[in-house]
Amino acid sequence: MNEMNEVRKPPVATTGIIGWLRINLFFNWTNSLITLFVIYCLYQFIPWILDWTIFSADFKYNYLGEQITNQEMCSRNLDPENGGACWAVIYVRFYQFIYGFYPKVEVWRVNVAYVMLALALLPLLYAKLPYRKYFLYFTYIFPVIAYFLLNGGLGFTEVSTNKWGGLLVTLVLGCTGIALAFPIGIMLALGRRSKLPVISMMCTLFIEFIRGVPLITLLFFGMVMLPLFLPEGIDMDGLVRVLVAVTLFQSAYMAEVIRGGLQAIPPGQYEAAKSLGMSYWRMNLLIILPQAIRISIPPIVNTSIGLFKDTTLVIIVGILDLLGIGRGTLADTNWLGLSYEIYFFVSLVFFIFTFGMSRYSLYLEKKLKTGINMGAD
Amino acid sequence: MKKLLSIFAVVAFAFSAHAGTLDDVKNRGFLKCGVTTGLAGFAAPDDSGEWAGLDADMCRAVAVAVFGDRSKVEFITTTGKSRFPTLASGEVDMLARNTTWTISRDVNLGFEFVGVNFYDGQGFMVPSALGVSSATELDGATVCIQTGTTTELNLADFFRLNGISYEALPIETNDEGKENLFAGRCDVYTTDASGLSSTRAAASNPDKWVVLPEIISKEPLGPLVRHGDHQWGDVVRWSLNAMIIAEELGITSENVDAQMSSNVPEVLRLLGVEGNYGEMLELSNDWAYQIIKQIGNYSESYEANVGPDTPLEIARGLNALWTQGGILYAPPFR
Repeated sequence: MNEMNEVRKPPVATTGIIGWLRINLFFNWTNSLITLFVIYCLYQFIPWILDWTIFSADFKYNYLGEQITNQEMCSRNLDPENGGACWAVIYVRFYQFIYGFYPKVEVWRVNVAYVMLALALLPLLYAKLPYRKYFLYFTYIFPVIAYFLLNGGLGFTEVSTNKWGGLLVTLVLGCTGIALAFPIGIMLALGRRSKLPVISMMCTLFIEFIRGVPLITLLFFGMVMLPLFLPEGIDMDGLVRVLVAVTLFQSAYMAEVIRGGLQAIPPGQYEAAKSLGMSYWRMNLLIILPQAIRISIPPIVNTSIGLFKDTTLVIIVGILDLLGIGRGTLADTNWLGLSYEIYFFVSLVFFIFTFGMSRYSLYLEKKLKTGINMGAD
Repeated sequence: MKKLLSIFAVVAFAFSAHAGTLDDVKNRGFLKCGVTTGLAGFAAPDDSGEWAGLDADMCRAVAVAVFGDRSKVEFITTTGKSRFPTLASGEVDMLARNTTWTISRDVNLGFEFVGVNFYDGQGFMVPSALGVSSATELDGATVCIQTGTTTELNLADFFRLNGISYEALPIETNDEGKENLFAGRCDVYTTDASGLSSTRAAASNPDKWVVLPEIISKEPLGPLVRHGDHQWGDVVRWSLNAMIIAEELGITSENVDAQMSSNVPEVLRLLGVEGNYGEMLELSNDWAYQIIKQIGNYSESYEANVGPDTPLEIARGLNALWTQGGILYAPPFR
């Protein structure tokens, strides 16, 4: 009798590592074949890339032990049989990649701004942060502080935006674009769905016009046309003009993303809110928008990542962002021909930021349980 | 596009019809000079973030002429597309951005080219293993060529004139051309000679590539200013000329102090010991002395940035003085 009651374990082949391998990698013969092929490719590729990026690479000194100051001193240029990447170019140019041409004596201001940016993002990233409320106040005033810190004023020496560059410009454009476009986008989305014909038409016109032209065109518009519209004597900063263009562009896209979310909210929600006597703004703020934004998180992050990468287009109007500094470095006769290293580094930095954004969106989705039906069908 | 640009230029003029550029620059306290976003030998930021190159030196020379201080210049980066609107709108005082002097740019766009600081031209680069010494031997070769450019038309003209055939491999960017040539997908790469030199310098083994002697187009590159402000145009023009004349007269940044007591009249005029040529330009009388002292003469700038001792290894060629087989020729200083 005892033997009959014994709990039988599932077959070895369906549990543990072996089971996982069987189900995921070797389910049937096509599946197995693809798995083997991919493993073979990785086997070929990974040792090579590790060797090139790390084991055979020069970081600061070449294989003779000399400090590298130009491309001729890279191991692989001294001896083509020897050596991988020559990261010395990144090492030597690191300052430019991170701060552009910001004066060295004032660079602490950029560092403080970077740290403050991290602090300002903290309460947005972790809902469980102690004293989150006070951190949020800081987040709201951060843009003002950052403006005075980076640009000057209030006792700081002025640093013209012409001296900004590298990651600094990329982050300023990306963060400002994303942060400003979000509220503007919400207003545009609500405006487009408004029952007041003038507002709805104006918003639709704006969105369709901006979405109908490429970002480059808008950048040129900001760079070339804006100064002509301004009264003489008012000199608008080049970076500000680009920021205006980037923000307009991003808010049009954001508006459409949020409108998609708004349209997914069942009419019952509107009716329920109205039946409680809520005004238009209270209804939207308390009932509609929280739900609409929640289901729009993936596309919102999607367009934000897109914008972050699109900021590299500002090189067209002569602003040197991270990629622009990389290209400038390649044009220095000391560092000719190190394009692999420089583009690898630039893409790595971009990957870190965009991957961070996409992870954050996954975390938000999990936290807000966006996958769950909202029970109003 | 060009029509649009000229409209911008006209509108910009209407807005900027005020005191001369020289006064603006003096009041501002620094020069705003438009350069490329990075071109080897002409303008690129060095490791400490300072702009260096032949065009950057041109900007600094003008800053020195006006202020006597080579650091009183702000470099504004411009691309091939943004350079003309930037100059037309008054955002920069001058451009020194390897820009080819053509009639339409000089006349239609409303700019004024004040001189030529580099004579470029389209050339050919081949692997030395190919064993050709002249472009006329390239019958049947595969040529990497940027599509939609004047280089493409020049190439077709050259091969037709010489009665030889070629196969075009269309490419979009300089990088692409480089990769294709190095990978052996084309036998010849053609673009401006200075671009070929930087491509060659970027190769892992530059000796495996040769730039053929034929130059098949005229690309005079020079600084330019807005049309109509002749006083400012003169300042830029004579800043460039002063560097060329200094080379003719053998004045360098090292011997310039000794030359102050020279007995050659033109040297004394140039250095401001005699005459009042600085006043004519509304500059201080030692403006040319300062340019030579702080920047050097044309040859010094050339040798430091693009000359045979740099990785670019561009021989003087057309850019030598007229007395030495080139066509560099400045009007007399008197």
